[in-house]
Amino acid sequence: MAGQGFIKGMMLTLRHFLKSYAEDFRYGLRRYAPDVNNFETRQGTEAEGVFTVQYPEEKVAAPERFRFVPFLVVQDWDDELNPGKDWCTSCGICAKVCPPQCIWIVRTEDPVTGRPIPEPEAFFIDIDICMNCGFCAEFCPFDAIKMDHDYELASYDRTSNHIFDKPKLSKEFRYWKQIAPTRAEEEAKVRGSWEHKNFAKSWNTSKPTAAGEATDEKEMKREEVRSRKAAAEPTQATVNPAPEAAATSSGSASAPAGDAGTAPWNESADEKEKRKQAALARKAARAAKKDGE
Amino acid sequence: MVTTPDIDLKNLTIEDSISHLKEKFGAAVSDDTRAGYSGVVIDKSKLREVAAYAKGVLGFDYLSNLTAVDYLGEANHTTDDHIEMVYHAYRTTGGGALCFKAQTDRNDAVVPSLVPVWRGADFQEREVYDLYGVKFTDHPHLQRILLWDGFHGHPMRKDWKEAYYEDDHKPFDSRWPGGHVHRAEEKNIFGSNVKYPADIDLSRLADVSDEKIYQSFGVGIDSEVLTADHGGIETNQLVVNMGPHHPSTHGVFRMVMTLDGEEVKQLEPVMGYLHRNHEKIGERNTWLHNIPFTDRLDYISSMGNNHGYVLAVEQLLVQNPRWKKPTYRAEVLRVLMVELTRIVNHLWAIGFWLNDLGAFFTPVLYFIQERERILDFFEAVAGSRMMCNYMRFGGVFADLPQRLRSVANLMNDRVRDYNTMQFLTEMINERIPRTIDELDEYLTDSEIIKSRTIGVGFLSAADAIDFSTAGPVLRGSGVAYDVRRAEPYSIYPELDFDVAVRPEGDMYARYMVRVQEMRESVRILKQILPRLEYTAGESASDNNSAYADKVPLGESYGRVENPKGELGYYVVSAGDKKATGNPWRYHVRAPSFINLTPLGHMSRGHKVADVVAILGSIDIVLGETDR
Repeated sequence: MAGQGFIKGMMLTLRHFLKSYAEDFRYGLRRYAPDVNNFETRQGTEAEGVFTVQYPEEKVAAPERFRFVPFLVVQDWDDELNPGKDWCTSCGICAKVCPPQCIWIVRTEDPVTGRPIPEPEAFFIDIDICMNCGFCAEFCPFDAIKMDHDYELASYDRTSNHIFDKPKLSKEFRYWKQIAPTRAEEEAKVRGSWEHKNFAKSWNTSKPTAAGEATDEKEMKREEVRSRKAAAEPTQATVNPAPEAAATSSGSASAPAGDAGTAPWNESADEKEKRKQAALARKAARAAKKDGE
Repeated sequence: MVTTPDIDLKNLTIEDSISHLKEKFGAAVSDDTRAGYSGVVIDKSKLREVAAYAKGVLGFDYLSNLTAVDYLGEANHTTDDHIEMVYHAYRTTGGGALCFKAQTDRNDAVVPSLVPVWRGADFQEREVYDLYGVKFTDHPHLQRILLWDGFHGHPMRKDWKEAYYEDDHKPFDSRWPGGHVHRAEEKNIFGSNVKYPADIDLSRLADVSDEKIYQSFGVGIDSEVLTADHGGIETNQLVVNMGPHHPSTHGVFRMVMTLDGEEVKQLEPVMGYLHRNHEKIGERNTWLHNIPFTDRLDYISSMGNNHGYVLAVEQLLVQNPRWKKPTYRAEVLRVLMVELTRIVNHLWAIGFWLNDLGAFFTPVLYFIQERERILDFFEAVAGSRMMCNYMRFGGVFADLPQRLRSVANLMNDRVRDYNTMQFLTEMINERIPRTIDELDEYLTDSEIIKSRTIGVGFLSAADAIDFSTAGPVLRGSGVAYDVRRAEPYSIYPELDFDVAVRPEGDMYARYMVRVQEMRESVRILKQILPRLEYTAGESASDNNSAYADKVPLGESYGRVENPKGELGYYVVSAGDKKATGNPWRYHVRAPSFINLTPLGHMSRGHKVADVVAILGSIDIVLGETDR
């Protein structure tokens, strides 16, 4: 019969139209409340109907391997041995594998002997040129450069803001552990420790006893458990959206780890310096105590 | 076709064909004996006769690829500087390539045109003329195709340097160890970086390409063409420019049409608005650098682009005894990704074709719901939704993660977490087939679709082959030619699937081919799932640490059946030891570009509104067309 196919198509359109409200019926007005975790349900495999992600109020969660403009890993600022130390050894592999050649590195040289020191004096990435391919992170032998998840880099002036220098690129190792818990763990296993390759080496050479290695391993396991717990927490919140959780969480509390103001990697340089000084003071105090003994 | 009785076409191997050519043409045909090269070198005066013989008698009816290589200063393979034309011809019944070459002087580069033999050579020869300055005698319309008419020089020549030229090869020395940052544009744009000839003629800055196009139509700026009178009324033909900024052209693409009333009399595609000389960039890059650049060609199906390129380079790498072939799991992962990409692409292509037919965005939205999930999967595995950059020489970037997990961080406060295999199984067994069924139900029997598309944009089987079309355009015209079957690669020989083909040759047939191909892809994916299970744990990326591979000398042509058609990469590794870190030549046989060759032919006699849909049914992506 003529028109049958047309009617079939219109029925399908109608079905889609109604489906796009299915989630509304399921959630009612709560769908529009900012603190309800129904977002991942609507994004999930069972979700029906088209919906709009209300960016920037809502954001699609990024998977671990998501890659955007790279950052440099530095030792945590409250680490007692090497606070804020670059993991980068300025070997230059990232600059060589970079397809659009957007990485510039100045290698540090010893002012007296002129020999290269394994840390970068300066490190630049032109983020306008970066094509987010991830080669630098993939081929870095020291796990010192990683791809970030922070994709909101727009600014009003590209000439002054879009060449990232070392302070702007550097982020603590704990940040990497948070945005990519599984991979951080895998990499640590390959390295044999949570520490940077070279730091671990110096640690081992200064304490060549078996006991030292054992503590290192133990520490690594403890870290593993901790990071797994940290990763599992938000998931559990999703699985059991407890009513009291919904009631208590409001405003900034709805972002479990996302309070940008207090996150340690968002601190100003002053605060970082303060934490570094505190760590160094603790270290000195401990050394003094040891000497006293 | 005249077949001499002593040639058994069915069992004719490439070697036999070459010996037939030698027998027939004697000294004009000689073996290419350079290290790593194959095929024959033909004296250019005999080129057209040899090509006609190969096509007519030996049955190489499909000219897949045509390109040029500039051997300026190359010392390993040749002693003299010359430009070499490279042709790859295939039989549509399957089998390998007959690769033949013709050499010509750099300063006076003239080669007989092969358009009289294969009309598919038309755009490809114009591209070579544009980028290399090789003149083709008897080409009907030899004009620049990608660059504008006032462009100075031919950029693919080795002695042509781009603005902000820094070095012949990456990595640039300025980046490390004394890498003080600078922007290219901070340099004076009129400094020594940009070469202007001493006798610069500023009149060449006047672009005459438009006038040339109109004149080639027989419609000069000041001449009027009167058509036959319509019931006693004299009418003028009208030249209409559609694009470059037109929503129906899928990007910046322009069609110049002569209209008689609403009927298209003649149509000429104009392209190059997105041209960035991808191939020149590719020659500056190292072999590895090119992988993410291929993502940017056909950005809807970047996995397929990666695959073609790594296959081409792997053909050269096998000569290296230390190099390890990709593991079985790596091949399985590649096919998984490529077939998912095919579904993504066809959903997109059909959706936007519907847009062109006037069903504005409703169907697209329904189809891309499923596309979104596939892209989510790509993002979780490869790190990016569209610019996947997933394949490497000898493997893939990384194995599938155990779980497709999104992490909470300062950007995202909500988390998703699925088991990868469960997600894939569900997607392949339930959701994708459901979407395809829905699409089928929605469109296939719709009277509107049928009345708009059946019989429109007709391309006969003979024309489709002759115009070197590929993919759904070729198969929609009744030619069952699919590279996955014709010259199998990866693990396709062991997979069970059919080549989708329809005999009608119109837009509706192309649509049906796409739907059928998605179903075949699902069939392949269902066979991939158990393979993923039993290869679990096998390494997928053995060669990943090799970031600066030297590629053995030679040439190779790797091609894959990309969703849009046959995607080929012609790569040459040449020069001295240092230079083998970079390709000497990197050419992309872009299906979107070559499939446009018959656009004018298909559109003739149809209405303007149909032209829009015909272009949509070819399914082009301008990133690949313009390169």
